[in-house]
Amino acid sequence: MKYPKNGRFGEFGGKYIPETLVPAIEELEENYLKFKNDKKFKKELDCYLKAYAGRPTPLYYAKNLSEKIGGAKIYLKREDLLHGGAHKINNTLGQALLAKKMNKKRIIAETGAGQHGVATAMACAALGMKAEVYMGYRDTIRQKQNVFRMNMLGCEVHPVKSGSKTLKDAINEAIRDWITNVENTYYLLGSAVGPHPYPVMVRDFQSVIGNEIKSQMKKINNKTPDTVIACVGGGSNAIGTFYPLVDSNSEIIGVEAAGHGLKSKMHSATLSAGSKGVLHGMMTYLLQDNEGQVTETHSISAGLDYPGVGPEHSYYKDTKRIKYHAATDAEVIDAFLLLTRTEGIIPALESSHAIAEAVKVARKSKKSENIVVTLSGRGDKDIEEIQNYLNKHDKN
Amino acid sequence: MTRIKEKFAELEAKKQKALISYIMAGFPNEKATISTVRGLVKGGADIIELGFPFSDPLADGPVIQNAGTISLEKGTKIAKFFSIVKKIRKETKVPLILMTYTNILYHKGYAKFISEAKKAGIDGFILPDMSIEESKEYLQAAKNKADTIFLISPNTSNTRIQKITKASSGFLYLVAVFGTTGVKTGIKKYTLDAIKQVKKQTKGKIPIGVGFGVSTPEDVKKYIKAGADAVIVGSAYLKLIEKTPQNKLELKITSFTKSLKKQTIL
Repeated sequence: MKYPKNGRFGEFGGKYIPETLVPAIEELEENYLKFKNDKKFKKELDCYLKAYAGRPTPLYYAKNLSEKIGGAKIYLKREDLLHGGAHKINNTLGQALLAKKMNKKRIIAETGAGQHGVATAMACAALGMKAEVYMGYRDTIRQKQNVFRMNMLGCEVHPVKSGSKTLKDAINEAIRDWITNVENTYYLLGSAVGPHPYPVMVRDFQSVIGNEIKSQMKKINNKTPDTVIACVGGGSNAIGTFYPLVDSNSEIIGVEAAGHGLKSKMHSATLSAGSKGVLHGMMTYLLQDNEGQVTETHSISAGLDYPGVGPEHSYYKDTKRIKYHAATDAEVIDAFLLLTRTEGIIPALESSHAIAEAVKVARKSKKSENIVVTLSGRGDKDIEEIQNYLNKHDKN
Repeated sequence: MTRIKEKFAELEAKKQKALISYIMAGFPNEKATISTVRGLVKGGADIIELGFPFSDPLADGPVIQNAGTISLEKGTKIAKFFSIVKKIRKETKVPLILMTYTNILYHKGYAKFISEAKKAGIDGFILPDMSIEESKEYLQAAKNKADTIFLISPNTSNTRIQKITKASSGFLYLVAVFGTTGVKTGIKKYTLDAIKQVKKQTKGKIPIGVGFGVSTPEDVKKYIKAGADAVIVGSAYLKLIEKTPQNKLELKITSFTKSLKKQTIL
């Protein structure tokens, strides 16, 4: 679906927004459509992506890991090597540059694990703009390093103490700020969620991942990957990986956070266990109770701890183009340790969900097959969380 | 004709404007809601908006958010809400509007939810996150059953005002300020301009209610003077409920409502 008419991917998406935001959303869509094909804008963004963020990222053949498993060849798309340590910078540079062209003086953003907040702070510092970030109070505690990083980058962090005090509440609060300061503020949303045009715009800015994978695989064996895998919270690294490949023959798998297990209610596996609903301006799959109240989620990775998901993923789930699986906290820790020890690469806990799935798929596949996994971020931010987990479960 | 339309016709004949009072159902408990409604009716509220709590109220400020959280914690479910509405209906014919978020209706199914609400005694709906672009199914479900009250903002274009007016019945809800509910910023010139503009665009086809940040008799007076057909007071009520002991609630609500209502009598 190239550019969704009325912002709908099938029945999903749309714009369920307070009236005050309508002019801002219309202005955003108008400017996005104008600049996305503007040669000068694209050139400027490309410069930043190359020289500032570090694109293209390598496609690394994880030989040790592949041989240890003894199945298909596993390739890692190294978004963890980007400036800031995650794929988030692809989107924040794009949107911050757009905001600058729109003459917006004030940038606000939400963040879960803090990666989007940090990437926003970096992009804004680089482009000479002022950013404020909303972050769930619980997340400010478990990712306090990222709070310091944002502060150092000159960005104000507002801890959000309403609701479950995590990502969804940070989005609510950012939207409330946007409603209040709509005339001068640009809302730099960090995932492929929210009202149209955010899901399609974020997808487009992240599609650099999938486009590079396509040309890099072509150089390696002149075909598209047999399987591509990425983790899904809101789903921005996943849609950026998948979208350029949806018309190919590749098998595509998104991996959600199964937390303590899908039957435990302590998970964030929206597509695997959710139902349709309306949240944060979009119609999509949600984790909700039988009255339509959005439920609290759990994941060992703060970045996947979200009860909704990008509407385009909901569409691909229903059309069955993409499979959505889930990995438990325990599987994720195993995958994290396996990759760290075999390859010397420390993956983010979010990305470790994709690694866990890749291990399962590789085991069942022929040696001649290729799996590409998007390693969306590096795990340095998670060391404390992992240490706590290992101490608790006596796995050290 | 719905109860809401009848009420506006009745007020027009009496040369009065409407006082619309908002409270969160189940805040801080069911008994308090019943006492508050009695106080509102005695004090002269023309229309009552009952909030049904949603987990993610992104158009609401801290006061209504907090009331919603408490109401949910106290176990306000849809069935319980409808039973409260039925109890209120046994005592009064005052028009009742349900204010909540889209997902609550969508989840049950618009048609099913609206039918059940209507049966309990609800006359209209306000969904702050329902934009007209997404409202087709909702409007079909509400047709000939309940009024659909849409919101307009001071930055809404004239073309949109026309579209929203077409989709609305009962009254149009003009959001007074850029912001969430309950934020007190004083009366802005842009709000007064917006009232004039919306009146000009709607040409008296539908009453205009002004809400968000309206909290005192002085506010009511100024907005009525500026041309509003109705004023909506919400967070101020919740603050009063929060600090008033239950046995004095009905009395306090009555006298506060009287002080507001006085300003709507021309």
